[in-house]
Amino acid sequence: MVQIVFYLFILFTLGSALAVLLTKNVLYAAFFLLLTLLGVAGLFVLAGADFLAVSQIMIYMGGVLVLVIFGVMLTHKADAPQTDYTQPNTILIKHRSWLWALVIAGGIFSVLYTALVRGNFVLLGQREVSYRSTVDTIGRLLMTEYLIPFEIAGVLLLVALIGATTIAASSRTN
Amino acid sequence: MEINSGLFLLVGAALFSIGLAIVILKRHAIMVLMGIELMLNAVNLNLITFSQNDPVRLQGQLFSLFVMIVAAAEAAIALAIILQVYRHFKTVQLDDLNELKK
Repeated sequence: MVQIVFYLFILFTLGSALAVLLTKNVLYAAFFLLLTLLGVAGLFVLAGADFLAVSQIMIYMGGVLVLVIFGVMLTHKADAPQTDYTQPNTILIKHRSWLWALVIAGGIFSVLYTALVRGNFVLLGQREVSYRSTVDTIGRLLMTEYLIPFEIAGVLLLVALIGATTIAASSRTN
Repeated sequence: MEINSGLFLLVGAALFSIGLAIVILKRHAIMVLMGIELMLNAVNLNLITFSQNDPVRLQGQLFSLFVMIVAAAEAAIALAIILQVYRHFKTVQLDDLNELKK
């Protein structure tokens, strides 16, 4: 049963990732990216990382995807070749040639595939995964062992917030 | 309960390759950003796969949590820069941003 769900999530994730790659519409790509991130969150749950799955849903879908869709909307010329009434939500983009993308990405995938298939990971064989909640462990570790990275991450987010608003608003003056 | 962990690694490799192909193939700056997010997610999947053998310290999960934080900050800054590029050049097609070549 768990295995069927696992394969379904793999198909879901890889299929919508391929749809992001193949579609020419930026808006459709953003929505397919949302489905891909949802599938990855499901795979996180199946790997025993429940807190990370919820963080993935909240950070990526609630934050990053909304930002990306705002970016698509704000950088779109209103006087595109098609009229807005006949074809709404159509923001087409061009591709480069497929040659280099296929050569580089296919080459890296074949190298990774052979390395992962031939590699004998001793650690992955000897396991008994317990689907216990990881929230208490992560909370305790964030307050003890990872306290300084946690604080630095907070400062980084503050700097990113101020920096993003400053960069995005700086053209108002001139 | 019988989930083959090697498949997680293969899915991570496939997601990374698809993200890399998106980064190389697309000409729109926001699509390149989406490809980068996909690659970061593939790396997170690998970290979490190896972290499930480490239920006491959970180093992989903590590391991918920080990766997510940095990815969110990076997306915010990158979209602000893309907005500014659009205001200045009136386009975000990366091949049209060739002012230094002229």
